[in-house]
Amino acid sequence: MATNVLPAAATASGEPDRRRPRGSVRANENIAGWLFVAPVIVILGLFLLLPILMALWVSLTGWNGQGSPFTGKVPFVGTDNYTRLFTDEGLARRDFMTSIRNNLYYVLLVVPTQTVLALGLALVVNNRLLKGKSFFRTAFYFPSVTSSVAISVVFLFLFANSGAVNSLLAMFGISGPQWFADSRGVLHLLLGVVGVDTPPAALTDGGPFGLSWWEWLSGPSVAMTSIIALVIWTTSGTFMLMFLAALQNVPVALEEASTLDGAGRWQRFRHVTLPMIKPTTFLVLTLGLIGSWQVFDQVYVMSQGDPAKTTLTPAYLSYRTAFRDFEYGSGAAISFVLFLIIIVLTLTQRWLMADRDPERSRWGRRRRRRTPEGTAR
Amino acid sequence: MTTLADRPATPTRRGDRGPRTLATRFLGYAVLVFFSLVFLYPFVIQIGNSLKTEPDAATNPLSPIPDPLVLDGFVRIFTGTNFPLWLGNSVLVTVLATAGRVFFCSLAGYALARLRFRGRGGLFAAVIAVMAVPGVVLLIPKFLVLNQLGIYNSYTGLILPLLADAAGVFIMKQFFESIPVSVEEAARIDGAGIFRTYWSVVLPMAKPALITLTILSFQGSWNEFPHSLVSVQDPSLFTLPRGLADLVSGSLGKGTQYPLKLGAALLATIPVAIIFVVFQRHFVRDANEGADKT
Repeated sequence: MATNVLPAAATASGEPDRRRPRGSVRANENIAGWLFVAPVIVILGLFLLLPILMALWVSLTGWNGQGSPFTGKVPFVGTDNYTRLFTDEGLARRDFMTSIRNNLYYVLLVVPTQTVLALGLALVVNNRLLKGKSFFRTAFYFPSVTSSVAISVVFLFLFANSGAVNSLLAMFGISGPQWFADSRGVLHLLLGVVGVDTPPAALTDGGPFGLSWWEWLSGPSVAMTSIIALVIWTTSGTFMLMFLAALQNVPVALEEASTLDGAGRWQRFRHVTLPMIKPTTFLVLTLGLIGSWQVFDQVYVMSQGDPAKTTLTPAYLSYRTAFRDFEYGSGAAISFVLFLIIIVLTLTQRWLMADRDPERSRWGRRRRRRTPEGTAR
Repeated sequence: MTTLADRPATPTRRGDRGPRTLATRFLGYAVLVFFSLVFLYPFVIQIGNSLKTEPDAATNPLSPIPDPLVLDGFVRIFTGTNFPLWLGNSVLVTVLATAGRVFFCSLAGYALARLRFRGRGGLFAAVIAVMAVPGVVLLIPKFLVLNQLGIYNSYTGLILPLLADAAGVFIMKQFFESIPVSVEEAARIDGAGIFRTYWSVVLPMAKPALITLTILSFQGSWNEFPHSLVSVQDPSLFTLPRGLADLVSGSLGKGTQYPLKLGAALLATIPVAIIFVVFQRHFVRDANEGADKT
């Protein structure tokens, strides 16, 4: 897709050159150009770049919200706010690491599930034997455009103790949990099923960053799984549309050729379709990865980090530390660590995509080495 | 499509395909219908329960049919909460933010696509960089700057930061680059100034992109939550998402009051739902453009 943008960009930048001799026009364009972009520069500069710099400063101080953070009276604490998150024993590190753990399990469940679900739905919707394509596409995509707060209210009701999900479970004879009061980790529950009720001492004695191994291995809490369900439900539709666009670009002739060659349905999917839509799969995975470190609205509305801090995420923790505990420096430091995580993911994605885009074959070759079946391309 | 569908009827040497095709279609529709229920039934439940009495909603949460049907929830939304005020604020914020975004982003997009000025390359790189900045890490920074500028807890602070966004600039720039320059050149040769060329020649041609951007901005600013969380504190400045979040976190006092909450959430969803149904293809295009831009 990006390829049809490139020629346009080339003509756009090459075209004004023809007018170069007319000096006054160029001077005019210089002024007009800056005037045209001025409002955007002012707004983004004032409310995006400047605040980031200010927050960087605040993250090095112990500002408590009183007065201005940019006077000499505010204590400068250096990198204390950061070291407290990683190396110093204490509540700050415990909370931060708990939020990282929660978010890791969240990513681990959300990203693969939404990708597989989106691809599956796209494949079914794209099936030539089925009609009503546009209705189903609309139905699946609709949750993505609604307000995260409004949808969280609906899911609060669905997952309430006497809510729709528990009534549904009751129809199958299962008595559902008290979703938003249940802080038990899913992995712990699974271990309980196989008889491991008390954690082995080796796992409770120690572990990295102030949490014991047993705590790291809790899995998402029952409360967190309801947030996970909500997010998968809202985002799958968007990603399904991306897969659908990619599937529609797979040449029909190629699929037919493989059928003539005797490929079964699964083989055709595995060796023809999947390699053809690899760029989109990769995009969906990385966008999902970037997005799932930013979960905030749902946590704010549904659980506020409770129960027992098992739905705390770094984004929500930074908000709570600053605006509830009035430790702005500490909150800003958490924001910057989160920023770093997301930027690294984004840059990795852009680097890999840029690497692949201009010379698609290179990517194909590299992938092929890992998956020999890719040669079907 | 028809030939494929008709195939089972005509005896071919691949006769075993008939039942298989039928099975595929049956299975396909089963999957589609099941997931349509998964994706749409929550909204059905929402509508149904917003019209129920509280005990009814608590005992039959799955049923979409209210028994008895009451409008209590909606009456209390308008009489017992600040909903009308939030609605007014949301309309104000959305209208101004959308107008601002469409105008400023198209101006900047045009300059970056067509005008030759010093620093253009660097500016565009900056726009791309800014798009990567995740919104949630800006919570504290935004509060700091609004506080410092003295516009925290005011309409200015609520609206001004929403008037431009990098993604909008990017969409407009891409679009302007895709339309031919010859028309503009003709206008310029006829002596039209740069702004005039942009306003009366280029903008009318950019209608599809402007519609897309309008819808995107509308949806974005109508649903905007984190920004209103850190820019205002006074309940009289709450927008709908902020007010809803406030309702849920217990400002109502006694009882769960689900019919009321679901009704309020429903009313907050309706404008975007209408826009979605009417301008569906623009949403679809946006999702695919999202695929291109990153």
